[in-house]
Amino acid sequence: MDFLRPADWREALAAKAAHPDAVPLAGGTDLMVELNFDLRRPARLLDLSRVGELADVDTAGEGDTVVLGARVPYRDIVERLRSPLPALALAAHTVGSPQIRARGSVGGNLGTASPAGDAHPALLAAGARVEAASVRGSRLIPIDDFFTGPKRNVLADDELIRAVHVDAARGPQQFAKVGTRNAMVIAVCAFSLALHPHTRTVRTGIGSAAPTPVRARAAEEFLDGVLDEGGHWDHGRPVPPSAAARFAQLAASACAPIDDVRGSADYRRHAVAVLARRTLHWTWSAYPAPQGAASCA
Amino acid sequence: MRLNLTVNGHPRTADDIWPGESLLYVLRERLGLPGSKNACEQGECGSCTVRLDGDLVCSCLVAAGQAEGAEVTTVEGLAPEGEDGAPRLSALQRAFLDAGAVQCGFCTPGLLMAADELLAREPRPADADIREALSGNLCRCTGYEKIIDAVRLASARTADGAAVGQGVTPDAPAPEGR
Repeated sequence: MDFLRPADWREALAAKAAHPDAVPLAGGTDLMVELNFDLRRPARLLDLSRVGELADVDTAGEGDTVVLGARVPYRDIVERLRSPLPALALAAHTVGSPQIRARGSVGGNLGTASPAGDAHPALLAAGARVEAASVRGSRLIPIDDFFTGPKRNVLADDELIRAVHVDAARGPQQFAKVGTRNAMVIAVCAFSLALHPHTRTVRTGIGSAAPTPVRARAAEEFLDGVLDEGGHWDHGRPVPPSAAARFAQLAASACAPIDDVRGSADYRRHAVAVLARRTLHWTWSAYPAPQGAASCA
Repeated sequence: MRLNLTVNGHPRTADDIWPGESLLYVLRERLGLPGSKNACEQGECGSCTVRLDGDLVCSCLVAAGQAEGAEVTTVEGLAPEGEDGAPRLSALQRAFLDAGAVQCGFCTPGLLMAADELLAREPRPADADIREALSGNLCRCTGYEKIIDAVRLASARTADGAAVGQGVTPDAPAPEGR
């Protein structure tokens, strides 16, 4: 097995172009398990741990977008990016353990593209873009178009993920995950909700309840309508319980879950509805209505 | 492939490394340092926890090739050398013994590494900090209470610069902030 150790981003792209079969390796929290258990013997590993460009966090870029290097560990997201990326920071905090959060990264999560990846619901809710690059050039892929199947994504063989572009939050965001304990848990299911007051829209993300991470689009459209018609963005009062229940039901309808060792399909649908209602309550409780509006907490 | 790294302050070299083997395998089988334990090999149990360039990591999830040039600290590196050159127990290790935090001992090296990292970062951790810091380390014997006691004890003995083992008992009051 060849072990390629590019010293910088240009070398990494050249190596990937020359060896499209080379498997990228950074934190190793997914790939090393497969190697340890002899489930996979790639001909080449492409170790990205010396590529400094991938460890950068650029918060001073255009607009209020955070450009998160592909191998920035979850630990740093929790510690440093809670304010601009609240849902992603909450999701990052539920990943594994301190040891896993010191190594695992959003770039690795996207590369593995597991339907249970913790970052994905938060990235969907925030409307992130994945920056993929090759020697041919680079492109920004909307997160909605990134996942193509279980552990499959749209990356070409010669492409690597350089960064994820996430707009700094302009409203409250939440992430919630169901598991058997508070650490070392692969999600039974997960849900993220982001309020976007500047466009008067909401976005959602569901994890571990369909072949890929998905948005609950019908639920978003329903809630957008309720918030708009009821004037909620202006007066800040919560939506009626019947609307919250309908939102939850529509979120569950967006799932296409399976029965597996972590939970049944029925349980996942039920739990996603509960998480949708809770995250709606939490985000809306934190929504600061425009000044002068009557507030009702 | 030849691997050069620094382990517990000493430059080490290992030859004929398969680059996909784990740092844990290198430490145990190539360098004769069996303190880091091999249990799950998938990052679930924390028994193989070491410091890699300062970061607390599962050595089973680090490819040997990724450790080239790295500074690694294992549980063997926690004990400071005494004046006679023989290793002495660190305050944390002493606290584990005094609090009865060791039963079969298999998880102990990983827990020591995780607790050591916590106390270096936060000398007076609250219970919630201790629980979170140890959440990646499984112990099937103790039920964790004695381990948490040991971390509290080590904190109480060292946070104020108090000398280790000077009349402090395992039942000593826990530090503020609990």
